[in-house]
Order: sequence, then structure tokens, then C-alpha cells
Amino acid sequence: MGDFILRAALGGIGVALVSGPVGSFIVWRRMVVFGSALSHSALLGVALGIVWNIGIAPAAIAVCAAVAVIYLALSRDRRVADDAVLGIVAHAALALGLMVVAYVETVRADLLSFLFGDVLAVSVADLAWIWGGGLAVLAVLAVIWRPLLAMTVHEELAAVEGVPVAVVRLVFMLAVSVVTGVALKIVGALLIISLLIIPAATARRFTTTPESMALVASLVGVVAVLGGLQASIWWDAPAGPAIVLVATVLFLLSVAVAPLLAHRQGRR
Amino acid sequence: MPNAAPMPLIEGVGLTVIRNGEPVLDRVDIAMASGETVTIVGPNGAGKTTLLRVLMGLMRPHSGTVTRRPGLRIGYLPQQVPIDPALPLTVRRLLSLRIDATNEARLQRLAEVGARDLVDRSVHTLSGGELRRVLLARALLREPDLLVLDEPVQGVDITGQAELYGLIAQVARARTLGVLMVSHELHFVMATTDRVLCLNHHVCCAGAPESVRAHPEYLALFGGEAAGVAVYHHHHDHKHGASGEVLPLPHTHTEPHNPNDHHHG
Repeated sequence: MGDFILRAALGGIGVALVSGPVGSFIVWRRMVVFGSALSHSALLGVALGIVWNIGIAPAAIAVCAAVAVIYLALSRDRRVADDAVLGIVAHAALALGLMVVAYVETVRADLLSFLFGDVLAVSVADLAWIWGGGLAVLAVLAVIWRPLLAMTVHEELAAVEGVPVAVVRLVFMLAVSVVTGVALKIVGALLIISLLIIPAATARRFTTTPESMALVASLVGVVAVLGGLQASIWWDAPAGPAIVLVATVLFLLSVAVAPLLAHRQGRR
Repeated sequence: MPNAAPMPLIEGVGLTVIRNGEPVLDRVDIAMASGETVTIVGPNGAGKTTLLRVLMGLMRPHSGTVTRRPGLRIGYLPQQVPIDPALPLTVRRLLSLRIDATNEARLQRLAEVGARDLVDRSVHTLSGGELRRVLLARALLREPDLLVLDEPVQGVDITGQAELYGLIAQVARARTLGVLMVSHELHFVMATTDRVLCLNHHVCCAGAPESVRAHPEYLALFGGEAAGVAVYHHHHDHKHGASGEVLPLPHTHTEPHNPNDHHHG
């Protein structure tokens, strides 16, 4: 087994571990549209990262964070619905990214790998971003866990109980930006959202607490990453889509198996 | 309880909220003493929930001021708590969100509201009444000075409604809690309410439940239905309009509303 496989596995596992809890909150808070819009705008980060030679992950994180902040600022206007604002901001960033891509030869050559990931080309620097960024996000999430969960259950109730909801919401969106930025290399801009939501949706059927769902989601993500890598080696398939497809198979299995377990253990 | 507390738990003066050019709240005055139970009644869209939100600081009024007693702890029961089935949550876990309490304290509060057996249940399998009890126990765990309840019996069957109102009165009395609630069913809360505030964007009338129930503006809003259900006091203080709606008689505003006019039994 070559070093590149080891790096691919380490990178994929790192992204899967942080995707479990972050993806669970995305599912609970109905932020799937936000997550996918954000990941599309990450393409602008890819282009700028290459043009300015500052690295793809930090540039993508910065662009995603900027999109999140602009979205929050603009969504105060009640006359345009939140998801419309999000669509405008994120896709303006995507369009801008595509413009840059069109003008810069080196980026154009790599476009496909940034859309669908290039996990077998993960470098040591990529690993540093994935694990550094991932651990930072997990640490931040541990701090805001209870307030974020409280406002996920009922935002006004949490506000009355003293949760600074605007701050916590912003911090979580920035956390999603970081995950998006570091996961680009593994599954690509188009498929990041599936690595966030499919393991979480799979875990839901086997868990009764938020914490266990987040943990099981991480494990499902790890299984999907390793299974997808293995499949891409066996069949010479693109790794990013293979990871997502393995996750999807796990989800379908959970749909089939969960009723049997539920029958044995009582209702969830 | 006499007017021992000089500072109200919470006080709103001249609260005005404008939405789409129309006043949702129009110069509303309200004050609550500790241990007092105040019920807000009014038709749908009268601004009742908006008033609660302004008082709790969830939204700012366009004019007017809200003063909360320093360190005031509010236990809030929103009108609806739709917990997404995608979020796995047991009653035990719901009680520990934002609240540091011992397990014994949690079980005690649950027992107090008759929900001790629900502790390990998933919140998604609870009935409307069971969820209300759990949320009440949760609010009590914060050891509040003031309970704010927005239509606390919505989605609960009739017998459950009476039980819940009795329970709220009981836990409030045991702790000298202030209770501010929005309710449609004045006849249910009559016995346990110190003061009623009848709201239709402005304060139509306020005072002891008996006096409010006889007030022409209250009758204009609720008609014979509200006055007649519990005790048969249905005098024709109103007339009916062309389509059968209830119209007020010419005499209104028999007494000016005074927000500091507490009625303690």
C-alpha cells in the first residue's frame, strides 16, 4: 500500500470525524440548503487560492465565511426570503469563481478535481489543514454544544434562557465554512454536503440522544470513506463519488434494518 | 399577599409595536408584582404573543419601555415547541439543555408535574399534554421568579386543560411565582387569576376577573360565549350586527385602566 493511500485514508477519516457532529446539526437545523450553497461558493476560494498562491483550504474557508456573514447581514430584510438571499450570495460567489477559472489556465486544468475531490492526491499540507481545522471545529462545537442544541430545539426559548443566539448561529456557520474548506480536497465542492448529511441521516435511526447520533454519524462517515477508497482502488473509480455512494448504500441499509431493531427495542 | 414588593417583576409602559403600518400594540401598559397571576385575554391577532415577546426582550417595541427587575429569571413556555423528529431527544436530555441541575432535582420537578414516568421517553412520543408538563418541569428547574405561558393548554384535550391550569396554579402558589399567561379560556383561569388584561391591540380593560368579565369591551370581543360558559351571567350588554357578529353598546371605557391596580385575594 502506497503512502498516497495512507494519506487519503487519514484525510478522509479526519473529514468524516468532524462531519458527524457538524452534519447532525445541519440536519437538525434544516440547513442543508445553506450547506450546499456554501460549498458551491467554495469554488471561488479554490480559484483565488491558486491565483494568489495562498493555498486552497484557507482561501475556501475565507470565501465561505464571507458568504455566511454577507448572508446573515442581508437576511435581516424580511422582504426577500432567507433561502433566496442565500441563493443569490452563494451563486454570485460561484459565478465569480467560474470567471476566475475561465481566465486562469492552471485552475481550469484542475477544475474537475475541485468539483468532485481528489482524495488520492492529498498532501501532507492538506492533512495538516484537515486535522488542524477539524480539531478546531470540534473544540468550538464542544463549547457551543449545549446553547446550540437549546436553540435548535426552540430559538426563542433559548434566547429567554440567556443564549446569545445571534453569536452562536454565526459561530456555527463559520464552523461549517471551515469544514467545507478542508473537505474540498476529499469529496469536492459538489459533494461535500452529502458527506455532511448522509451519515447523520443514517445514524438517526439507531440513536436516541443528540450526542450518540453525532458519534454514530462520524463512524458511518469513516466506514463510507474507507469503503469508498477501497472501491476506487478495486475498480479504478473516482474516490469522491465512490465515498458518497458507499454512504448512500449505508443509508439505504439503515432504512431497511432500522424497523427490525425498532421492533425489538421499542419506539424512538 | 399584600403589595409588599415595591418593584414590579416586570413592567411595560406605553408599549407600541407597528407592523405593516398598523399598530399591533398601541400604548399598552402592564405591570406584574411578584407572586401575582395575570392573564391576558383577547381575540386572535390581538397582539398577545407580541406583548409577551416584547416583555421578555425578544423584540424591541417601537416606543415605550420595558423594565425587568434586576436578576429576574423567566421560565417560558412558548405556544408551540415543534421538536424536529430528525433530532433524537429524551425527556431527560431536554431537561438538561441549558440547565445545570442534579438528576434528583430533575426527577423531583417531573414528579411535581405528574410526569415522573416520562423521564426516559423520547420527546417525539409524548402527547400534547405530556410535553406541556415536561416543559413546565423544565421551566421550574431554572427556579424562575416569573412564569410566562403562551396558551399553555393549546393542543390538549378538555379534561387535560383543566388539570394543566390547576397544576400551573399549584406550582406557582407553592413558590410565590409570578405567572403571566395568555389564554383563550377565561372561565378556566378565573379562580386562579388575580388580574385579567383584555387586549385588542390596546388594553380594552383590566382588573379582577369578575369585573373584566362584566366589562362592555370584553363582552364586545367575546360575546355571550365567554361570559356564559362557566357562570350564567349572560346579560345582553351587546347587540348583534347584520351578519350576527357582536357589537358593543355605545357606553365603553367605564373605568380608566391603571396598570398598578393589583387585586390580591
